[in-house]
Amino acid sequence: MIEIDDTDRASLRLLAQDAGQGAGAVGRACGLSQPAAWRRIKRLRDAGVIKGQRLVLDAERLGFGVTVFLGVKLATKGRVSLEDFERAVGAIPEVQTVEHVLGLYDYRLRVVARDLSDFERVLRRRIMTLPGAGEVEANVLLSEERRPGPISSGD
Amino acid sequence: MLDDIDRRILRQWQADPTLGPADLAERARVSVGQLARRQARLRAAGLVKGVQAVIDWAALGYAVEVSLRVTLDKTQGDAFDAFIAAARAVPEVIEIQTFLGRVDVRLSVIARDMAHYQHLYRSRILTLPHIADIEALMHVARIKDDEALPL
Repeated sequence: MIEIDDTDRASLRLLAQDAGQGAGAVGRACGLSQPAAWRRIKRLRDAGVIKGQRLVLDAERLGFGVTVFLGVKLATKGRVSLEDFERAVGAIPEVQTVEHVLGLYDYRLRVVARDLSDFERVLRRRIMTLPGAGEVEANVLLSEERRPGPISSGD
Repeated sequence: MLDDIDRRILRQWQADPTLGPADLAERARVSVGQLARRQARLRAAGLVKGVQAVIDWAALGYAVEVSLRVTLDKTQGDAFDAFIAAARAVPEVIEIQTFLGRVDVRLSVIARDMAHYQHLYRSRILTLPHIADIEALMHVARIKDDEALPL
């Protein structure tokens, strides 16, 4: 874990909004020279604080009108290999994220589909047939907001 | 709307947004000039909203992530708005989602350790307005996290 200061936090906030801007733009916004900003960004990247970049698409306008979160319980614990389940679920193109969780469910999946009937197809043909899949709870996403997280100055 | 060339570009672009124009053009089998024109058009049309850096909170010392599934007291007319506005004021809340289903709102909360989480839960989460019920899923591992669309 690395220590970061307010200037690092400001740089992270800027890059989390727009990773395309260069060190020059980040530096100007944070009161740093371009090389100083570049060194800070490189340090954050090397430490794994910036783990990658994400292309943000308008899913709805690209034809994916439905996002559903599924809570999945494994049916036969101990007899099904978690690796088999994870490999199979990760290979489904409509499954965007797979999280292993503790609590009511074993896995939490984010699934996109063109519409509800397309979602039903994915659920029946691909999710319900997964090795070990048991009880499934579905919640249809209505709105989503990503917050900056604890990198506001002063946190 | 989208043709095969757009789809090829988007598929490769979302698979690795850090690629430079030359590499991306090669993978999408288009010329660099064509790529630039298509990218500009996709952005102008609002289909591509941007490229964001992804922060690894664990690398910043936030080892705990909990998914809180909240049921709200819907007899209160402003339950959703009041709850969400108050949740926004908690810096450790990194995601707010609303649902149609058994769960009304889900919050992703990060904390440095379990003691910090317990403190946040008691002082910042349970004090949010109009909560009828709350369930926690503790995050163990992220198996897939690309959020790519099956274009």
